[in-house]
Amino acid sequence: MSLNSADIKRIAHLARIEVSDTEAEATLTKLTGILGLIEQMQAVDTKGIVPMSHSQDVTQRLREDVVTETNQRELFQSIAPAVKEGLYLVPKVIE
Amino acid sequence: MEWEVVIGLETHTQLQTKTKIFSGASTAFGSEPNTQACVVSLAFPGVLPVLNQEAVKCAIKFGLAVNAEIAPRSVFARKNYFYPDLPKGYQISQYELPVVGKGSMTIQVVNGDKAYEKVINITRAHLEEDAGKSVHGAQEGMSGIDLNRAGTPLLEIVTEPDMRSAAEAVAYAKKLHDLVQWIGICDGNMQEGSFRCDVNVSVRPKGSDKLGTRREIKNLNSFKFMQQAIEYETSWQIETLEDGGTIQQSTVLFNPDTGETRAMRSKEEANDYRYFPDPDLLPLAISESDISNVKADMPELPEAMKARFEAQYGLAHYDANALTSSRGTANYFVATVDAGSDAKLAANWVMGSVSAKLNAEDKEISESPISPNALASLIKRIQDGTISNNAAKQVFEAMWADEGDVDSIIESKGLKQVSDSGAIEAIVDEVLAANAAMVEEFKAGKEKAFNALVGQAMKASKGKANPAQVNEILKKKLGG
Repeated sequence: MSLNSADIKRIAHLARIEVSDTEAEATLTKLTGILGLIEQMQAVDTKGIVPMSHSQDVTQRLREDVVTETNQRELFQSIAPAVKEGLYLVPKVIE
Repeated sequence: MEWEVVIGLETHTQLQTKTKIFSGASTAFGSEPNTQACVVSLAFPGVLPVLNQEAVKCAIKFGLAVNAEIAPRSVFARKNYFYPDLPKGYQISQYELPVVGKGSMTIQVVNGDKAYEKVINITRAHLEEDAGKSVHGAQEGMSGIDLNRAGTPLLEIVTEPDMRSAAEAVAYAKKLHDLVQWIGICDGNMQEGSFRCDVNVSVRPKGSDKLGTRREIKNLNSFKFMQQAIEYETSWQIETLEDGGTIQQSTVLFNPDTGETRAMRSKEEANDYRYFPDPDLLPLAISESDISNVKADMPELPEAMKARFEAQYGLAHYDANALTSSRGTANYFVATVDAGSDAKLAANWVMGSVSAKLNAEDKEISESPISPNALASLIKRIQDGTISNNAAKQVFEAMWADEGDVDSIIESKGLKQVSDSGAIEAIVDEVLAANAAMVEEFKAGKEKAFNALVGQAMKASKGKANPAQVNEILKKKLGG
């Protein structure tokens, strides 16, 4: 799989990262290198091996369904750029 | 050309837990904005999700209820996208390994004058977190964000594209709506968004086995809108194709005011959620004993109860079905029978007068002013011949209006049936004397005249005579 700089721009946009043209060139080289590494890894026969979804071989601990959090809205909103009537304000979202 | 519509549903059900799926913040509906938005809901740096065991139990319950495989090991994944109501920049969901696998549900469809059953296959159901809400109009040029809902546990239930009409889709959605409430995992409140359906619709020439391009109708929050939206969307797609156009895969919204579906402004690029396993969460393991513990807590399922009603009480399939449409109705029926009522009469009353009244007053069966015990006492008075069926309807109305108990209403309204054969004989004699012409007609072979005489006798008794006895006595007198 080979990438071009348009792919880099698209990936950067999906991640909401601003990338200049020069940076895009450098990123292209780096990402192509990573994909090359993955290609090499994909050559390994993994038939019959369960895909690893976590690096630790343990399973999820569960929590009791009990309310432990209290209302700290005032504290949390004290560092928000804009709030009104208890709402966090953000630039208008249109669907 | 004849077209066929193909429909699949994705339903988001909010699970009835006290706290969020990954934090101990309350999930109560209707609180002041952001008073239930804790550091996890707000995605503060460094916070970690801890899975709520109740949400997992709900998923297992659902899996058991639709005979699905419950994954011994399932994995949480990050679904990446940016939106202000999702502060983390990703939704924790399940992708490759969902907690509930393939299952199925049998639905009852009534489409015009056709009624039939159909099996709908469930592809999967997975746990995920809900997003927050955007509120418009708080300030010019800005949107307000309320993150109380962020992190509320959802079970997303996905079907195969098995439905072939709006009627089938609505029948499935209603059945699912009943089921999740029956097993107590979701309150089913569509107005508050506890049960939200996305409907995938495509059309293809009848007989084709290739799927057409689908459009997804988002966030339908009533069955009526679902029906309208699917019908509109189906004809729109057929018209577009017949006019030589093509269908673009897209997301559409239904406008209840116009009854139309409209494509959302298409995003600059197709969604690419870049799913990957969430490193903050370990795989979820569910053991056989976890499953059997949940099973032990489950109520009798509607399908099992339906079969039992047919076998134990001799109810017709249709009646057993109607009575198990909701757990409340089923419990009410069982309580009425347990209080001494005949089962078939109880079934008729619950599905007839009780449900008509509830519908008319937009009430749940739990709000019925007539308790199962009271209904049983009314039915017992029909069984023992104290009142006629017609009188029972009047008594029912009075009981509904809280005018007293069965016996005092029968007494005060003078509805007691006359079963004294001497009294009935006297009435019949009067009627025969006053209607000599009818008697002649009957003797001349006119069967109808007999019914007219019964009617006259009933009228003369002000409806209180026991009709069976009137019949009998009249027959005897005319025959003699």
